[in-house]
Amino acid sequence: MTDASNNIASTSNNKKRPVYRNIHVTEIISYRLPPAGIVSILHRISGVLMFLLLPFIVWMFDTSLSSEISYDEFTNAFVAGIGFVPAWFVKLTVLGLIWAYLHHFIAGVRHLWMDATHSVSKEQGHNSAVITLGLSVLLTLVLGAKLFGLY
Amino acid sequence: MSTFGSKRIVVGAHYGLRDWLAQRVTAVLMALFTVALLVQFLMPGPLGYEHWAAIFSSRWMKALTFVLIISLAYHAWVGVRDIWMDYVKSVALRLALQVFTLVWLVACAGWAIQVLWRL
Repeated sequence: MTDASNNIASTSNNKKRPVYRNIHVTEIISYRLPPAGIVSILHRISGVLMFLLLPFIVWMFDTSLSSEISYDEFTNAFVAGIGFVPAWFVKLTVLGLIWAYLHHFIAGVRHLWMDATHSVSKEQGHNSAVITLGLSVLLTLVLGAKLFGLY
Repeated sequence: MSTFGSKRIVVGAHYGLRDWLAQRVTAVLMALFTVALLVQFLMPGPLGYEHWAAIFSSRWMKALTFVLIISLAYHAWVGVRDIWMDYVKSVALRLALQVFTLVWLVACAGWAIQVLWRL
């Protein structure tokens, strides 16, 4: 494909012609993505974030459940931190996880809904993407305020 | 040689559709688990260790959580492997990353299952 387009480019007065390809992860910033594209790449980023933080998630599952003593250790992580990690960083990490989960969840439901109903028009894709972005950020702010003790 | 329609020549290891479907089925299972957990978490009563531990004490909840852990591992395996396949062109590096992904997921799943069944 690339060879063919290069040939066409060289025969028609050597103009630089656009080459369409997969967007590499390093090129995300330079592309102006539509809302659906932003949802899509954030779906990946949120998935990777949760994948990398999986040991921390299991640690929270372990300490919060195993015993009352470990439960104190769990709650203390949000007050005094874990080892050399300060409490504000623990909270920030959990906030990141909350956003990642919400975004991944809502974007996933959007996927399933599109698969099930074949609603793949431009408008539907645009609107559901905007709803996904808005709802995930809104819920993250609500839960984040609780996490940081604002109410 | 047909490259489209029902008589097309299919090549490859045929795991595409199976994994696509598995990712959606596991997603639905995890979404339902989220709702089930949320409902129990929001039941009236003081929030604390007693309330939280009671949720996971019943056998059916243990079984559901076990299914969740397996679903999550499979779901994440398909997703993360897709990312490596998209961005990492070097076969050696990709294989190394895929092995790391499997080790990471199996280790985390093992830990979570151990926590679950010793309660």
